[in-house]
Amino acid sequence: MIPVRMAMATCILRVAAAVAASTATAGAQAGLPPAPAAAGAEAPPSQPMIGLTTQVPTIGVDSALEARVKSVSATLRCPVCQGLSLQDSPSELAQQMRGVVREQMAQGKSDDEVRQYFIAKYGDWILLKPKAEGFSTLVYLLPALFVVGGAAVVWVMAKRWSVPVATAQGLDEPAPTPQPVSATAP
Amino acid sequence: MTRQLGYLATIVSLAVAIVGCGMAVLGARRRQASLVAASYNAVYANFFLLAIATGAMIYGLVTHDFSIGYVAQVGSRATPMFFTVISLWSALEGSILFWGFVLALLSAAVVWANRHREGTLVPYAAAVLLGIGAFFFLLLVGPANPWHLVSPTPADGPGPNPLLQNHPLMAVHPPLLYLGYVGMAIPFAFAMGALLSGEIDRTDWIVLTRRYTLAAWAFLSLAIMAGMWWSYEVLGWGGYWAWDPVENASFMPWLTATAFLHSVMVQERRGMLKLWNVNLIAATFLLTILGTFLTRSGVLSSVHAFTTGTIGYYFLAFIAAGLVLTFALVAGNSEKLASEGRLDAPASRETVFLLNNLFLTAFTFTVLLGTLFPLVAEAIKGIKVSVGAPFFNQMTVPMCAALLFLMGVGPSLPWRRTSAAQVKALALAPAIGAVAGVAAGLAFGIRDPFALATLAFAAWALVCNVREYQVGAAARMKAHGESVPVAVGRLVAANQRRYGGYVAHFGIIMMAIAIAASSSYKYEKEATLKPGATMPLRSFDLRFKEVWGRDEPHRQVIGADVEVLDKKTGAVLATLDPRLNFYPTQEQPVPTPSVRSRPVGDLYLNLMAFTPDGASATIRAIEEPLVPWIWVGGFVVAFGAVISGWPTRRSAGRRMVPVRAPLGAAAGFGAPAGTGVATANQVASPVA
Amino acid sequence: MNWKRAAIAAGVALPIIGLLAFGMTRDPKDIPSPLPGNPAPSVELATFAPGDEPVLVRAAGTPVRLSAMRDTVVVVNFFASWCMPCRVEHPALSAIARRYADRPVRFFGVLYNDTEANARRWIDMMGGQPYPALADPGARTAIDFGVYGVPETFFVGRDGRVASKFTGPLTEAVLTQKLDSLLAPAAPKGAE
Repeated sequence: MIPVRMAMATCILRVAAAVAASTATAGAQAGLPPAPAAAGAEAPPSQPMIGLTTQVPTIGVDSALEARVKSVSATLRCPVCQGLSLQDSPSELAQQMRGVVREQMAQGKSDDEVRQYFIAKYGDWILLKPKAEGFSTLVYLLPALFVVGGAAVVWVMAKRWSVPVATAQGLDEPAPTPQPVSATAP
Repeated sequence: MTRQLGYLATIVSLAVAIVGCGMAVLGARRRQASLVAASYNAVYANFFLLAIATGAMIYGLVTHDFSIGYVAQVGSRATPMFFTVISLWSALEGSILFWGFVLALLSAAVVWANRHREGTLVPYAAAVLLGIGAFFFLLLVGPANPWHLVSPTPADGPGPNPLLQNHPLMAVHPPLLYLGYVGMAIPFAFAMGALLSGEIDRTDWIVLTRRYTLAAWAFLSLAIMAGMWWSYEVLGWGGYWAWDPVENASFMPWLTATAFLHSVMVQERRGMLKLWNVNLIAATFLLTILGTFLTRSGVLSSVHAFTTGTIGYYFLAFIAAGLVLTFALVAGNSEKLASEGRLDAPASRETVFLLNNLFLTAFTFTVLLGTLFPLVAEAIKGIKVSVGAPFFNQMTVPMCAALLFLMGVGPSLPWRRTSAAQVKALALAPAIGAVAGVAAGLAFGIRDPFALATLAFAAWALVCNVREYQVGAAARMKAHGESVPVAVGRLVAANQRRYGGYVAHFGIIMMAIAIAASSSYKYEKEATLKPGATMPLRSFDLRFKEVWGRDEPHRQVIGADVEVLDKKTGAVLATLDPRLNFYPTQEQPVPTPSVRSRPVGDLYLNLMAFTPDGASATIRAIEEPLVPWIWVGGFVVAFGAVISGWPTRRSAGRRMVPVRAPLGAAAGFGAPAGTGVATANQVASPVA
Repeated sequence: MNWKRAAIAAGVALPIIGLLAFGMTRDPKDIPSPLPGNPAPSVELATFAPGDEPVLVRAAGTPVRLSAMRDTVVVVNFFASWCMPCRVEHPALSAIARRYADRPVRFFGVLYNDTEANARRWIDMMGGQPYPALADPGARTAIDFGVYGVPETFFVGRDGRVASKFTGPLTEAVLTQKLDSLLAPAAPKGAE
């Protein structure tokens, strides 16, 4: 359970390694980073961001475009994560890729064209849900076959087993007396 | 000294396990009581040996004995004591040691509890447990040896992985998971023991197996829930389930064990599905080993700390051996596993159980296929594909809906046969409930069809579930003049198995509703704020106050104070402090989201970034409805399992019931006829 | 013993074991890039650290256009100052860039999710870099190349198509072999 989740998070956090470099040099002795109260006044205003991401977010919420960005991002895999989608991953690259999704949509590309762009760059691997074509059809087909086949087996079993006990042959059980459980209300 | 002691105990435990396993088999075959007794002693001895080894390791960790390989790997003088102790399971070797300890503990407990049982079932079960133990002890001596000498002894170590020392849930989740995983070895051992001893056609082993499975299942349920919770609290993405291979690995045995807990009722009651049940037990155990393999072999993800060279091949060989043993024994006993019972009519509770098993196994198959499909595609076609959350959601939500539907139907339908009129009468109230569920979802603005379907069937199941209590309690109130709480309490107490199951169902329904709502009615927003700036959300406003920093011995903590304001009045409701923790061994910070939990939902804040001068901070805010009910539901599920599995005088007496009587009332679960307690079935028609 | 059932069981079990054994031999992180064989993505990035190679001396800020480089082998190396393997490969890249200075080969370092200040400091610390370093704000070019992380290096042939991608730290041997194969066969045809 632990390790892959770990990997997942390490990926999420990939970015801020710069932190160690930049703040280590800037504030190694002072302890990292300087407390805002102490440093706030004289520090230059436009310091680089430190943390999970250095991106300035552009997430709006209500527009139809954002809804499309969300729905497409949810189907694309974050390259540096363990199976998280672009939508879910807080990693910097995922955020930047969401930005690409947004930009391309703003330019008028359709959802499929955006997906196609990422497939061209990262391969089919980028799709969290494989395309239902070619070999990958199996991953959709087999569970459906399992349910249908299983239902057929259940049907056959139910038929075979519901042979009235008295007429069934080769039974080593005496016919059980009907239980009051199935009777009507007392 | 500590190192030598622990190493010695581990080596001796391997020898004891191998010899004990041989003695158990020989003793059982020759019916030689002294050999059997000696093998039981081997089981107990292994418990003491593993206790010594584990104790030595904890002592080594606590005393920072860096000459021990594992301590040098995960220990650090700066790590707080609490996390030092639990770093026992923070890496491969220690986790296998702990695993071995849990296995030895549970083996000793069940062998002790059953030591006076007649027949050769228990000796063979002990042999299987010792065999499994031998495998894990072999790992500890070989590829996962935590005791190797580090020379020269380092002065300090790197400390455990930051993610694993960032949250106290890490003290809870792995032990629960091991209790669940290892616990599934017990029913497996008893099933194999029953096959080996030829006592498979007796009923007592299935009674035992059911109880042990239920216990392990309860732990596994809690473990999965704790894992979700940990993921939610530590990983900072606001989710709790990512369909990650490792999550899937813990979920698959849970599904098959759930299937077993249902179908075993058909076996106990009707003498059917014996072969199927043995297979489910074996599948559950082998899936736990497969899960362990997947997390420790690097097959599906190479970037994790547990990956080490050859251990995967050991697991593979073990899985193969387990499969061979199971198949050989099942094939050898197929006559004895033949079904004895007959269904009276296709429309009966038995059929619902069959369908329940169909969907649970289809669910397992889908998860297994999805997890391994990237490997299959690469092996056969040489292509790289991903199978992730959107696939699993699409494929499994319909199955969840079907299972919720059956969860409502099953308990309402009588055993044996049902009339069409009965069905109609039974379906009316839940159908109204389902419509109400969808309407409520729509009213809240949920448009996702999957979520609406889940809500509909969860509401369906909820109405059925409540009706079970209501009908039963009403009958008691009428018969005994009891008040409502007394009637419900006594109803549950008098029908532990049945109503324990319903309590677990209730927990599942809670989780289903909470998951559907929280995933589909989520509100996310992210913004970079200056001190004093506000950020409007759906139900709150946020005001960013300041960024602060703090040095701790083992890490540096950066936090952002954010006030949660009432949307209308502007009053400060709470101050949250999402943090980033910087550990010296890891360049990247570990996020610690700050969560405000209320029954209606969570407000989840994550500090994404900040400027060192404190001039601004990027905050990701997520409003997720009903999330706390997922955790509550998890506890309710486990509580239901405890109610259902708690030994009673009646069930203790059942063990003595002569063998071939699964069909009659002797197997009596649910309300035995004639106790005066009406079951839902009996009074179903008047309800509608 | 029911042999039919045993055979079915073996038929189910063996492929699974085989599959998992196969998985043991694979690296799930090794995902082939779809780029090789396709035209190289366009690169129009500003230089922030000029190289010292005579041809490429340019003021910081001058944009670099990959599309303008016809009949040239281009090595695009994605790097960052926070990336440990980048430190390992940097001497090899610099040495080979110097050695191939008079050949139709151009090297570019593209900075990946890092600040220019950090990268400049890093380059100084590494003892300079003979080829230009380009800034890639928002990692748009990196995404265009399908980059997962750093270091990743793309070799663009003289036809302007991506010839291959290399993940992880480069060595002089790998660089020499790749460049020689890209330069050699194209030489006779290059006159066309």
